[in-house]
Amino acid sequence: MILRALFQIGILLVLPPFLLGVVNRVKAIFAGRQGPPLLQLYFDVWKLLQKGAVYSRTTTWVFRAGPIVGLAAVATAGTMLPVAGQPALFTFAGDFVLFAYLLALARFATALAALDTGSSFEGMGAAREVSFASMAEPALFLVLVVMARATGSLSLSGMLGPALAPAWRAAAPALLLSAIALFVVALAENSRIPVDDPNTHLELTMIHEVMVLDHSGPDLAFILYGASLKFFLFGALFVRLVADAGIAGIWAAEAVFVVELIGFAILVGVVESVMARLRLTRVPQMLVGASVLSVFALVLLLR
Amino acid sequence: MTTRLLQAWNAEAFDADDVPVLPVDEFQQIVADTIAAGARVSSYSGRTDGQRTRVTAVLADDAQGRLGVLSCRVGASWPSLGAECPSIQAFEREIFEQFGVRPEGHPWLKPLRFEPPVNPNVDPWGRVARPTTIPGDYPFFRVEGEEVHEVAVGPVHAGVIEPGHFRFQCHGEHVFTLEIVLGYQHRGVEALLVGGPDRRTVTLLESVAGDTAVGNAIAHANGVEALAGFQIPARASVLRGVALELERLANHVGDLGMMAGDVGFLPTASSCGALRADFLNALAEICGNRFGRGLVVPGGTRFDLDADAASRLADKVQKAWERVEGATRLLFESPSVRNRFDGTGVVSRETCTELGLVGPAARACGVSRDVRRDHATGVFRFLHVPVVTGETGDVFARGWVRRLEAERSVEFVLRQLRALPGGPVRAPCPLPRPGRLVVSLTEGWRGELCHVVETDRDGSFLRYKLVDPSFHNWMGLALAMRGEQISDFPLCNKSFNLSYCGHDL
Repeated sequence: MILRALFQIGILLVLPPFLLGVVNRVKAIFAGRQGPPLLQLYFDVWKLLQKGAVYSRTTTWVFRAGPIVGLAAVATAGTMLPVAGQPALFTFAGDFVLFAYLLALARFATALAALDTGSSFEGMGAAREVSFASMAEPALFLVLVVMARATGSLSLSGMLGPALAPAWRAAAPALLLSAIALFVVALAENSRIPVDDPNTHLELTMIHEVMVLDHSGPDLAFILYGASLKFFLFGALFVRLVADAGIAGIWAAEAVFVVELIGFAILVGVVESVMARLRLTRVPQMLVGASVLSVFALVLLLR
Repeated sequence: MTTRLLQAWNAEAFDADDVPVLPVDEFQQIVADTIAAGARVSSYSGRTDGQRTRVTAVLADDAQGRLGVLSCRVGASWPSLGAECPSIQAFEREIFEQFGVRPEGHPWLKPLRFEPPVNPNVDPWGRVARPTTIPGDYPFFRVEGEEVHEVAVGPVHAGVIEPGHFRFQCHGEHVFTLEIVLGYQHRGVEALLVGGPDRRTVTLLESVAGDTAVGNAIAHANGVEALAGFQIPARASVLRGVALELERLANHVGDLGMMAGDVGFLPTASSCGALRADFLNALAEICGNRFGRGLVVPGGTRFDLDADAASRLADKVQKAWERVEGATRLLFESPSVRNRFDGTGVVSRETCTELGLVGPAARACGVSRDVRRDHATGVFRFLHVPVVTGETGDVFARGWVRRLEAERSVEFVLRQLRALPGGPVRAPCPLPRPGRLVVSLTEGWRGELCHVVETDRDGSFLRYKLVDPSFHNWMGLALAMRGEQISDFPLCNKSFNLSYCGHDL
């Protein structure tokens, strides 16, 4: 039991930067480049942790708290997510609400820190982030409600546990629709193309990246690491929903889970490579579209 | 064109004394009438003439392929034409900044490059102490209101680009106005050229705008050769044309890649970035420099291309072009890209004509304007490159026009490389004759490069006026952004891709 818990925490803490390395490698291959090493993000985080941070005189404690609260909230949310069908470390009825709002708390902290700098870029980024989040959140909740309804469970561990396989047999169309919606939300929440471009240097077009321009050193390491953690969480949610392999052994299931996550990273990389970014005015339409898909899924379940 | 102005042809020298010197009101009347009749301003520049300032205007009549030159002497002020002819407003500000000639009634009289005045005793802005030259040090245009906010970008940018300051007045994501402040790159090139030609002259001109080295060198060489009454060998003329088109190809292909990068479309972004280098390397094969520096000199070209090298080069260009075709097809056929390009940053045809835009930016608005056809020199007199125009004036049109222009350039380059005329590539070019004036236009990849050169009694440069296409086009970018989303600015900017140093000189 303890071994399994340690393993779950281990995967949660160690794997995420690798997934972003996979995404970047896929993008590089599509672009005909070699790309950075798969482990580049680990190197970056390690390098940044050893640096000092620079703080503008105009910022307050809010700015410094942003990355810490952001990382802590995402990591806590991670402890509620079941890995490979095994129950999560913390689980209780309705934990998915806490899960969603811990992610929202992370965003809140980041946006406050961005506003604290007083920079017009960061203010613009914060405004974009929260206005898009207000549309991504209903979509996420609707997806979770569909899953709760389909599996008859109110905890993430129950939704993504053994009850999922029968639910797919009973309500495949609804779950498929919500899986698509979840993928769109995952792209938006993790600031990937077509919503945001994590690699751009153009401040005026950024959403998430522009909010963290003023962070440096360990703070930036927290932010980069937190972003990869968030990507991992959405990936774990998505692959568990669509690819419940139903493998009996714990260790085999864990191994399959890791492979599936890499598959998710490859999928994201492919989407990023073949699409241009949306116009900012079109992003809400896409997110509302995701919500509408989940509503359809719910209708299918409730009829 | 009226008879009161001197009619000239591109790169054809005439006696400087033949330029009519008119009274100010008549000068302005003719300028305004000629512009109203469909001509545009290529150059409008001053030089010190005793206690007064001698302003020389070059008006281009593209339909007739003629240039009209006229001048006047003005004192401390003159009425502004800027409101009537918006294409003149920047020139009037330039003359004010350099010579202190105040255009009365100018719609928005503000510094252009923040350069120190030519006569240090007369500061146009009335600054008591030493005239400061910090660009951007002046009251910006502001929109007042609770929810209006201001976004300032630059002069230090996140990417590796030149310095320029952009000030947006926004309401949320919506842009009311964009104000562009340049001058950070002012080096005083025109002043350095006075007294030439000397050993520095060509090098200086090649560095006016680093990405237009060949274009400026050709404009210069054409001008100097005309001043000397010299005809270059045919082979040199063809090689110059090839180099000019290779420069166009490299920049157009690179820019298409950059536009793809701005919308996050990776496949085209990276392949066009790499393919740009193929065209630059083709230039390097001719002259050893990827930007074509040192190739064009008055008298011809400094390097020759033997038959083998020419056919090898043609093969390379063709191979590179086939890959460009694939990469750009992907770009323009992707719905997600078209969604970003279409209808973004529209410049209407009327605005384009009013502002006197040049180059691909003008052709994208449907204004057929190309020095290679309208005022052809060198090889372009014998082999015409078809002019490509767009209709919509948006980012898509600017990208598409470049894509098609690149195709025409490849056709031209291949055809020329496979049939190079024989003979030498260089002959000794005599010194310019004294008291002559020449207007030399060249279609650089951004548009019309205008060099107006006047020699003094010894045959040295008395005034060397440069007008980069960016000088006309920056205002087009500012207007293209009105009512757009601020997040589309980088894309609009890239679709124009104007030169900061070419403007700042």
